[in-house]
Amino acid sequence: MSEHLTRGDFLRRAAAGGSILTVPGLLAACGGSSGTKGAATTAAASRTLPKTIVWSNWPLYIDVNDKTKAHPSLAQFEKKFGVNVRYIEDINDNDSFFGKIEGPLSQGQSVDRDVIVLTDASGLPARMIELGWLEKLNKSAIPNMKNLESVQQHPGWDPNREYSLPWQSGMTGIGYDPAKVGGEINSVTELLTNPKLKGKVTLLTEFGDTMGLVMAANGDDPSKVTPAAFDRAEKMIKKAVDSGQVRQFTGNDYAPLLAKGDVWACFAWSGDMVQLQADHPGLKWVLPKTGGMIWTDNMLIPKGGNAYGASVLMNWFYQPQIMAEVEDYVNYLSPVVGTAKALEKKDPAVAKNPLIFPTKAMLANVHQIDAKAVNNPKYKQRFQKLIGG
Amino acid sequence: MAWLLLFFVVPMVYLAKMSLEQGFFPLFTFSWAWSNFSDAVSAYRPQFVRSIEYAGIATAVALAISYPLAYWIAFRGGRWKNLFLLLVIAPFFVTYLIRTLAWETILSDNGVVVGLLRDVHILGADGRLLATSAAVIAGITYNFLPFMVLPLYVSLEQVDPRLIEAASDLYANRVVSFARVTLPLSLPGVFAGVLLTFIPAAGDFINAQLLGTPRQYMIGNVIQSQFLSLRNYPTAAALSFVLMGSILVLVMIFARSLGTDRLTGAGA
Repeated sequence: MSEHLTRGDFLRRAAAGGSILTVPGLLAACGGSSGTKGAATTAAASRTLPKTIVWSNWPLYIDVNDKTKAHPSLAQFEKKFGVNVRYIEDINDNDSFFGKIEGPLSQGQSVDRDVIVLTDASGLPARMIELGWLEKLNKSAIPNMKNLESVQQHPGWDPNREYSLPWQSGMTGIGYDPAKVGGEINSVTELLTNPKLKGKVTLLTEFGDTMGLVMAANGDDPSKVTPAAFDRAEKMIKKAVDSGQVRQFTGNDYAPLLAKGDVWACFAWSGDMVQLQADHPGLKWVLPKTGGMIWTDNMLIPKGGNAYGASVLMNWFYQPQIMAEVEDYVNYLSPVVGTAKALEKKDPAVAKNPLIFPTKAMLANVHQIDAKAVNNPKYKQRFQKLIGG
Repeated sequence: MAWLLLFFVVPMVYLAKMSLEQGFFPLFTFSWAWSNFSDAVSAYRPQFVRSIEYAGIATAVALAISYPLAYWIAFRGGRWKNLFLLLVIAPFFVTYLIRTLAWETILSDNGVVVGLLRDVHILGADGRLLATSAAVIAGITYNFLPFMVLPLYVSLEQVDPRLIEAASDLYANRVVSFARVTLPLSLPGVFAGVLLTFIPAAGDFINAQLLGTPRQYMIGNVIQSQFLSLRNYPTAAALSFVLMGSILVLVMIFARSLGTDRLTGAGA
């Protein structure tokens, strides 16, 4: 797990490079033409596979063979079904990617993608359903949907999973360096108020993560945001920012800061921490005792995409042994029942890691952010103001 | 002209129209919403003031560093001139983001610089550089320094040494000949350098984001997040216009104070 470029590393470098928004799918080379000219495929009922399926995903979010740079799980799919998958790693952040596709979609044009992957906590999947910008899944082509983890089956924004299927999930909690902090820390309140940590704390720029964790710490329910709960959380964060307790609001970039010791404790994502721990075994990640957040990146079919082809592809990855191949590399949370079991022989360390396969107790202690609150422009504006922009 | 129309006027008109729209993404309607401007300015006044302040300080520091440097290269560089100029531009071979990220490492709380400053008690025991205003201003100064050096060099290069000789023949000492001959002749360079540094610096957001904290955020950070995170295009467009307008006004005041006639006269 340690020798290859991890997803976190890649993100950091990509952010640093600034320009790597379109690392082309490595498999794409083999004859991939211009993709499915999607706009024509209105017939959702069509049961013939397209020649090419185009899939946009986040960088290093699928298994990679370190030698050949191929994606084995995807290669097997292509071989079995005789379909080309043009796998494009061009999603670096929900908002920017959405900014790219919203133009064509709002004009009723195709975006030449059959599958895209967006985070529920960003509020964007919910928004896309409202706007009618998504194709429905062809559920008859996804019998393996029965393997979907039960907690994932009925999200508020897509109660019957008509439009979405989880790709990976992650938990948001507290990442810290016990050597610097001088012991354990599992309280958000402590993070925001302990004078010992002044200027050594970062929070996340994601509304759902930061507001959610603080609301939970205040005893409010992040999955049903009330104006009073929002006010309380806003006030608490504002106080911590004004006093200089909070050093920055970050995306993935808290990782190098934590590793270097510029940051001692922060809101952090579980998968990043698994990867960070490979090089910095001293670092720790916990769910706050008041509860952490869970978010899910969802596979979606943008309007004009080939729903049948996309559904067959989704079905493929909902086989536990295939998802196990992905998980062994990606280290986030699998939505597919049986993935841990399939991994036990191959990579027991991963199968037993609670950051990748959380215990029931951990899952009982995580919340999902209220999608309505995330899409509430007033809240968004106030949160943005809070984090300095 | 067609070029200018296509790539400048058209986007401007589009932006202007957007700044007067109302509604929530993605449904904006045009409604002469002048309140976008007043709301945006009153909500983000601190960031505006800070942008002008940081950009102003950075420009002044860059000028203070660049003038002697450009002077030295122009008059004392000899046959190494081109090499020195290349060295000034050399950082540009690395992208802007990487250079700024490098500063994040250099100024790190556990880095060499902070360690040294602590040892000589310039910084307190838990003092830091990263995530302070000083770091942001230093970052801006560093990143835009070549834009200051190059125009200064060009205008100093063009100063005819015989004029300085003539001045000394007329019993001007070195200070006076600098003040009366060299400096005025280099003013077009100062003018260009200040513009090339100040304008992009006032709209910069990378330095504040990487080297600062939310308390250092500039108007560029606000515009960026209004466009990309909040997708509140009208407010973002209004803020862009206010920024453009205030820079334009400042530039005009600056040009007036330097004396436009002298600028054009000296440039000829």
